[in-house]
Amino acid sequence: MLKVTIDNISIEVEEGTTILNAARKIGGKVVPPAMCYYSKLKGSGGKCRTCLVKVAQSCTKDTRPMSKLVASCSTPVQDGMVVQNLTSPEVIEARKGIVEFLLLNHPLDCPVCDQAGECDLQDLSFGYGMEETATDDERREYPMTDIGENIKLHMNRCILCYRCVYAADQLTDKRLHGVLYRGDVSEISTFINQSVTNEFSGNIIDVCPVGALTDKTFRFKSRVWFLNPMNAHRECTRCSGKVAAWMFGNEIFRITGRKDQFGEVEEFICNECRFEKKDINDWVIDGPRHIKRQSVISANHYEETKKQSLIDPIEGKMHEQK
Amino acid sequence: MSFRERIYFPAILNGMRITFGHLFRRKTTVQYPEVTRQFSDIYRGKHVLKRDDQGRERCTSCGLCAVACPAEAITMVSAERKPGEEHLYREEKYAAVYEINMLRCVFCGDCEEACPKEAIFLTTELVKSEYQRDKFIYGKDQLVEPFDPAKRIDVSKRQTPAVLEFKKDKRYKHNV
Ligand code: SF4
Ligand code: SF4
Ligand code: SF4
Ligand code: FES
Repeated sequence: MLKVTIDNISIEVEEGTTILNAARKIGGKVVPPAMCYYSKLKGSGGKCRTCLVKVAQSCTKDTRPMSKLVASCSTPVQDGMVVQNLTSPEVIEARKGIVEFLLLNHPLDCPVCDQAGECDLQDLSFGYGMEETATDDERREYPMTDIGENIKLHMNRCILCYRCVYAADQLTDKRLHGVLYRGDVSEISTFINQSVTNEFSGNIIDVCPVGALTDKTFRFKSRVWFLNPMNAHRECTRCSGKVAAWMFGNEIFRITGRKDQFGEVEEFICNECRFEKKDINDWVIDGPRHIKRQSVISANHYEETKKQSLIDPIEGKMHEQK
Repeated sequence: MSFRERIYFPAILNGMRITFGHLFRRKTTVQYPEVTRQFSDIYRGKHVLKRDDQGRERCTSCGLCAVACPAEAITMVSAERKPGEEHLYREEKYAAVYEINMLRCVFCGDCEEACPKEAIFLTTELVKSEYQRDKFIYGKDQLVEPFDPAKRIDVSKRQTPAVLEFKKDKRYKHNV
């Protein structure tokens, strides 16, 4: 076991764990944001640099700080490592720059985009972003394309995190889309617009951190904050059948995977569950999902909490706050 | 109670004095509709959904006004703009149905504040009284301003000098 200290909180983790995963073990505010790393996709990470942290002490033997900020998603911890995330002004400053870079070509069409309200890039730019950009250059523009029957690609919004490429590679037996070209002009493409038809291909919508890949069956149907996310399940021969159903009254507007606190789906789901089962009778509804209080989706949603009144009415003692 | 208080008479006289005193004061009411009060330029009355310079509807049905509205008065249904409708709607998405329930609305102006597209504004017009409650649900027919440039509603007085200055900068897509 290796001992690592992140933002003054220490934890012991196994060898080979990355700084990001160690921080996720601690949880809360010390977790650096990640736009390209996805724990369920092998090889992901190292592209976007949002997860940069400062290593103030490399290990017990070498107490010097690392000369540059490192990508926490792809840097393994060493024993006695001391990491600074939010406690380092340098990291905050660098992340501001990263946000500016990610937004260089982004169209900022959130009012139109279906991902608004649950978009990692929105959260990131709200948290670290600046209101101005230093460049005057034109943003690159691509026409919208359909990737298969049910998926829409807005290449303008893509941040080239490669998550969808890894997802298609690892979840489906034959990947039909990838990144074409290099650098500034690179784009996600199905290579001569072949459609992605594999039965797990819909998961690329869930892994996309922005609104570049969206569900055509939900296109412009509603805004996420008007819907109630519910846990639902059904018998499915292809996947676990455990999904989040986004409902308005008794109507199911869309089906997604169940996302955990880090925005990653718990289990990948099949296209039949995602695109075809929109009738409430197809599903067993298990109950409402937890919505983070900070999320716009929590507007007008009320949740039962476990927290009771702080003072016990009989014993008059303070309850332990949960 | 003292004897003076118990006979009530002085209290009644005092009340009369106050009532009659008001008869000779300046009136605080006006004889509406012959006389109307002057409205502030930024009075918050009935809403308008604006069109842009080219007559296209500005609203993109983003739902931010509805989520900002404390009275939950706004509902909308979005639709996708089809090829050939570019002269009608500014953005790829538009509000096919847009309704404000004027009975719920508290005229707070939060919708105006929330709108990223400068589409919704409150105006100095009043919401008329009606006999039926459902008449108060205003649809796009009552909210969207007329296409005719001469009949457009001027909202520039509601905007701060900084906003008006920003709007002159045509480098921003928002302003063209
Ligand atoms: S489409 Fe989405 S998931 Fe794929 S590279 Fe672009 S941003 Fe990442
Ligand atoms: S003025 Fe206030 S109450 Fe009325 S519709 Fe707008 S946000 Fe809602
Ligand atoms: S009026 Fe403005 S805030 Fe409301 S839906 Fe339209 S664009 Fe969005
Ligand atoms: S999450 Fe680490 S570089 Fe993108």
